[in-house]
Amino acid sequence: MSLRIVVTVKYVPDATGDRHFAEDLTVDRDDVDGLLSELDEYAVEQALQIAENADDAEVTVLTVGPEDAKDALRKALSMGADKGIHVEDDDLHGTDAIGTSLVLAKAVEKAGYDLVVSGMASTDGTMGVVPALVAERLGVPQVTLLSEVSVEDGVVTGRRDGDTASEQLQASLPAVVSVTDQSGEARYPSFKGIMAAKKKPVESWDLSDLGIEAEEVGLEGAYTVVESAAERPARTAGTIVKDEGEGGKQLAAFLAERKFI
Amino acid sequence: MAEVLVYVDHVDGAVRKPTLELLTLARRVGEPVAVALGNGAGDTAAALAEHGAARVLTDDAAEYGDYLVVPKVDALQAAVAAVSPAAVLVPSSTEGKEIAARLALRLGSGVITDAVDLEAGEAGPVATQSVFAASYTTKSRVSKGTPVITVKPNSAAVEAAPAAGSVEALSVTFSDGATGTKVTSRTARESTGRPELTEAAIVVSGGRGVNGAENFSLIENLADSLGAAVGASRAAVDAGWYPHSNQVGQTGKSVSPQLYIANGISGAIQHRAGMQTSKTIVAVNKDAEAPIFDLVDYGVVGDLFEVVPQLTEEIKARKG
Repeated sequence: MSLRIVVTVKYVPDATGDRHFAEDLTVDRDDVDGLLSELDEYAVEQALQIAENADDAEVTVLTVGPEDAKDALRKALSMGADKGIHVEDDDLHGTDAIGTSLVLAKAVEKAGYDLVVSGMASTDGTMGVVPALVAERLGVPQVTLLSEVSVEDGVVTGRRDGDTASEQLQASLPAVVSVTDQSGEARYPSFKGIMAAKKKPVESWDLSDLGIEAEEVGLEGAYTVVESAAERPARTAGTIVKDEGEGGKQLAAFLAERKFI
Repeated sequence: MAEVLVYVDHVDGAVRKPTLELLTLARRVGEPVAVALGNGAGDTAAALAEHGAARVLTDDAAEYGDYLVVPKVDALQAAVAAVSPAAVLVPSSTEGKEIAARLALRLGSGVITDAVDLEAGEAGPVATQSVFAASYTTKSRVSKGTPVITVKPNSAAVEAAPAAGSVEALSVTFSDGATGTKVTSRTARESTGRPELTEAAIVVSGGRGVNGAENFSLIENLADSLGAAVGASRAAVDAGWYPHSNQVGQTGKSVSPQLYIANGISGAIQHRAGMQTSKTIVAVNKDAEAPIFDLVDYGVVGDLFEVVPQLTEEIKARKG
């Protein structure tokens, strides 16, 4: 029986660009180039490896976002995913993590799945909670923040490195997995992969396809309100000295003056 | 006064510092009621009472250690039902954020993660967050349901504030999904004797300029002279010079200490995302053009192999 893997990916503003808020205090996505969240590349990689080790598997890559988010799908398809699903709807603007998990869970259910694979966090919001929320909504085990993952005979196992301990985890499919940047270097798309990706199917769904009402998502459906966003004042220029043989001592004097010694 | 639930992060009864910080913040918005779960839960009561917990709800069922996350969500949900709190505060560890999010979903509430400050507001607690690699500061609140907020370490001072800390057993009925993800083994992280990275008041980090695992002893010696934690940039971790558990940055740990000393670190945006909220920033780098110098309170342009040992010696001498 075929193993159906759905990888959730996010199209995020490039962190090396200047990121801003729009007037409604949502992220200004017009202001800066976007790309596939780097942390989701690891999810695509692990999904492909799991598929390669299975007798018969299909990898679907799923994203929720504006038109440009198709770029994130194309990247994942060029790495080797089989097909894409793009959920796009004007009413999604301003959706928070709780709302995003609703859209993803509905889309994953509609697509059909045995395993959902996600990155550990997006590189823009960096909350790291969406995989756990999707698992809660789907009512399946969460096997998250894995630095190693494998799937065999309908069981997913993995290693989770926490602050105080490293844990080995195990759950039966269906399940939701998230992987860290320690799970393994993501492959580069080959030229062949890039050409093949152009021919791979990408379905487009909107909220009505998923049976979601507009007021359940977007700014209106959000469970949190951003009351203010202020650009952090640039740090005032500090003291910079060139080491002429006494640099360490000078630095120690500064630390003593600030009462760190 | 309204009660505020505080989720207790502890290791076999030893309460971790971020939880004590949370008790300080909790007192700004109500009366703290602590929830301690798992092995040693009852042993946390004295420390929690000393820092302001009016009540300590405990349950030491084996499920909390044997299965991932969900049993703890079940317990917090039971505690919310029993207490009807004005808010639920959880330390911003990776697990803490997952617990908080799932709880919020069940409660029909919003969740805010990685708050760096918290104050009482007219419409409920207002959380300060630092976003986009700390280039923006936002203030947010939960607009529906019981606010569930996770707070980063070092967001408040630990303050003694003796309270009753009466221990009560929390009655928990586990959900069907509680045993879904089994923890088949657990290996405690080997203690280095140094403070935990995210909790430390001072962090000393090394990057590409350290140029080899064997040279990290230079960074460790400086850290030890200050009682600091050791961090590493992604470049140093990817090169295999230092463990990933010590990585500071976007894909590693986010730290916000009183003092951050960056050695041989250029200061790429991904690293800055993890340390830019540090109160005082110091850097040693031989490249005068390194972007890290845009952030520093004090910078030394020089060879870290000269500057760092001299600094370490001088600190030791000054400390006598």
